[in-house]
Amino acid sequence: MTNSFADFDKAKMFFIIGSNMTEAHPVAATFVKNAVNNGAKMILVDPRRTALAEFATMHLPLKVGSDIALLNGLMHVLIKEDLYDKEYVKSCTVGFEELKAAVENYPPERAEEISGIPAETIVEVARLMAANKPAMLMYTLGITEHTCGVNNVMSCANFQMLLGNVGFECGGVNPLRGQNNVQGACDMGALPNVYPGYQKVTDPDAKAKFEKAWGVELDDKLGMMMPAMFDGLGDGKVKGMYIFGENVANTEPDITHVEHCMEHAEFIVCNDIFHTETTRFADVVLPATAWSEDDGTFTNSERRVNRVRKAVEAPGDAKPNWWIFKEIAKRMGQEWESNSGQEIWDNEVSMLAPSMTGIKFSRIEGDGLQWPVPDLDHLGTPFLHKDGCFTCGLGNFKPAEWTPPAEVPDEEYPLVLSTGRRLYHYHTRTQTGRSGGLNELLGEETADISLADAKKLGIANGERVRLSSRRGSIELTAKVTPEVQEGMVWMAFHFREACANWLTNGVYDPVSQTAEYKACAVKLEKVA
Amino acid sequence: MAESKLKLNGTEVEFAPGETLLQVAERNGVDIPTLCYLKDCTPTGACRMCVVEVKGARTLVASCAMPAGNGMEVQTDTEKVRTARRLAVELLLSSGHHNCLVCEANGECKLQALAYEYGVDAVRFSPPAETYPIEDDNPLITRDFSKCILCGRCVQACNEVQVNRAIGFGYRGAEAKIVTTGDRPYDQSDCVFCGQCVQACPVGALTEKKAKGKGRSWETKKVRTTCPYCGVGCQLWLHVKDNQIIKVTAVEDAQPNRGRLCVKGRFGYDFIHSPERLTTPLIKENGEFREASWDEALDLVAERFMEIKKEHGPDSIAGVSCARSTNEDSYNMQKLFRAVIGTNNIDHCART
Ligand code: SF4
Ligand code: SF4
Ligand code: SF4
Ligand code: FES
Repeated sequence: MTNSFADFDKAKMFFIIGSNMTEAHPVAATFVKNAVNNGAKMILVDPRRTALAEFATMHLPLKVGSDIALLNGLMHVLIKEDLYDKEYVKSCTVGFEELKAAVENYPPERAEEISGIPAETIVEVARLMAANKPAMLMYTLGITEHTCGVNNVMSCANFQMLLGNVGFECGGVNPLRGQNNVQGACDMGALPNVYPGYQKVTDPDAKAKFEKAWGVELDDKLGMMMPAMFDGLGDGKVKGMYIFGENVANTEPDITHVEHCMEHAEFIVCNDIFHTETTRFADVVLPATAWSEDDGTFTNSERRVNRVRKAVEAPGDAKPNWWIFKEIAKRMGQEWESNSGQEIWDNEVSMLAPSMTGIKFSRIEGDGLQWPVPDLDHLGTPFLHKDGCFTCGLGNFKPAEWTPPAEVPDEEYPLVLSTGRRLYHYHTRTQTGRSGGLNELLGEETADISLADAKKLGIANGERVRLSSRRGSIELTAKVTPEVQEGMVWMAFHFREACANWLTNGVYDPVSQTAEYKACAVKLEKVA
Repeated sequence: MAESKLKLNGTEVEFAPGETLLQVAERNGVDIPTLCYLKDCTPTGACRMCVVEVKGARTLVASCAMPAGNGMEVQTDTEKVRTARRLAVELLLSSGHHNCLVCEANGECKLQALAYEYGVDAVRFSPPAETYPIEDDNPLITRDFSKCILCGRCVQACNEVQVNRAIGFGYRGAEAKIVTTGDRPYDQSDCVFCGQCVQACPVGALTEKKAKGKGRSWETKKVRTTCPYCGVGCQLWLHVKDNQIIKVTAVEDAQPNRGRLCVKGRFGYDFIHSPERLTTPLIKENGEFREASWDEALDLVAERFMEIKKEHGPDSIAGVSCARSTNEDSYNMQKLFRAVIGTNNIDHCART
């Protein structure tokens, strides 16, 4: 996020797109609702009528996968009607002419054709956005989990820059992170292209710095992203795999394919706290300490590095993950000095990542600090790009063309399946499924369908249905709900038997390699 | 320009426009007891615990609802004030069945603490004969309206803080009660079990069902930590007794959640105590896992990785890191891949 959660309840205008905040980020949603109660306006763009829609000034139930067309349509109106922030565009950005040329081709009528949102509504929303500044734009996986995910993100940034909303309190582009420490895992360099602190592995200076710090020679070639790793197992390029705490056999798209790849591995190690569908494929399973059994830090969506503390002893012989990695390193010939979460952070991470230099355990006993924190006196950075002065130079408009999802409905598979999270569960339920009470509140997955489709297919609420895609077929209970639009089925991936990922399409954004979890073609039948 | 000054217990203090007497007192380190007041919410003035004497006013005024005014002279701890507060506590105590001995909130109850502080030595009025039955039809929250003092904090927590609009005041007079729409049990209402009402309840009327009988507040230690679920990163207190987390509450005034939690953060903690936890390294032999020592398991992992590396090169090994574990764990994993195995084949589920 460029901005902070502290901005939410102070904001006067929101543009929320592809984010079911009340279920996926409930506490963040409470601040938005507070702001609305205090008079803030909110535009909600989501194919589903989620609970947040009740608070929205306008809800735009666009067709799945049409975000770019809609955003381009909005920008078209802003430019055509001369409503964009000319001063900001002139002094803070480059590439306006390219953007203008690109969105020229998206008059509201064309945007309507693609997105299903009426042209008048698009004009109205553009005017409302121009009249209420600054506005916070929030998005979540509804934007990124598409084959055009990166272009979706770029369009969100273009829109906010055109409005002159980046670089101010209560403005900015604010992706909410799905899992508690996605931000931290990226910051720590658990990515194939960067070292901790986003220093590129292809940059000779960065490489030299880490070679010196770690006393080894390093490789400057980009590594594989997850889809390539699994495909590599399948075709024999990858022989060994280390899976740390992830239940990939349920979270990756097209489960059948993922499991097939894992079966081909020569050697798989898993660190985990429970047996999962993934540990079945392991040759060695190492029992790890869980949250609250070890000291360390998490970094939330607003870049805040917060403490996590040990409160209880781990069961049996379970050991901290950092210790397990250190012990393997030792057995492969390297002695690492740091011997606790604090030593790793204070002596390595904060020494190596410039944006975190000023963060030490002693400084984050209370509320943590939001990076960048360049030195020990710095108080953290609640919002980035202050006053539109982008930290990396001028803001760059990168226009994007709308592209449809890789798989669209046809005669055989006439519906679109889109996926997401439900309030009472988290991921593959390894945690929530074992926390008393949560299963009682939500004990099974449902296929959520519209009243119109239910009628057409003769399916009543609560009946068993079979949902199939080109990759698989599952049986589950139908939930007929006004939340879902006609032509769409919605479900989550929390329950193994009725996991959406038996059906989802293993196709990826070419740049980010994020899978298109949000759109694939399915058919729905009543189970006799 | 009008002055913004008043006299607080004889000392002149400044105030900002819109501040209540309670806020002015708090800022100046003067303690005024409250029961119904919930920070950042519209004051209800329901309990009368926060009364103070204002010179010239005919009656005592509720400081939580009274805006500060220029030239006011306020006394917060006179005999008159103390008598009124004592009476308020007595009335509240006798309005319900407050048997502290068996109450879950014993030690954390504000009413109990105030009764002690104001020297309420006996209940002057006998408690009502009829009470509402205890509701615990749901797995997470117990509602015992025989202890409810109708302060309304739960209603504010639900409607103004979380904005879930699941509960409100219902019925009238002696039958007055906090209700969901249609006075249904929580699990058949709009309630989403965020538990904000439980956290707001100053007495034992709303309590965490899972914590029942697990430990008194003075037997537990509180450890501050960060929620293990979504990317908001809410700050929690873990209440720990005998190596067990028995309940979770939000850290008030902490960023980013400012005292709020959702159902997962507040109630999704006990997975760590599950009997299904992995407790020993496992090695697969002939398709079956067998238990192993750490040394054996770690040696095997190191040996196999070295073999694969030697035979097929470092890029034939790949690592999936964990987006739920700590930064320090992620750091060490990528270091293992880069510095030891010698490949940048390290990624994580950032995309789910
Ligand atoms: S648990 Fe949350 S939603 Fe339910 S009544 Fe209490 S505050 Fe409202
Ligand atoms: S249930 Fe608790 S918070 Fe709600 S009105 Fe009764 S005493 Fe107050
Ligand atoms: S309490 Fe809820 S909103 Fe807060 S971090 Fe945990 S899961 Fe997210
Ligand atoms: S706290 Fe002021 S009336 Fe209750």
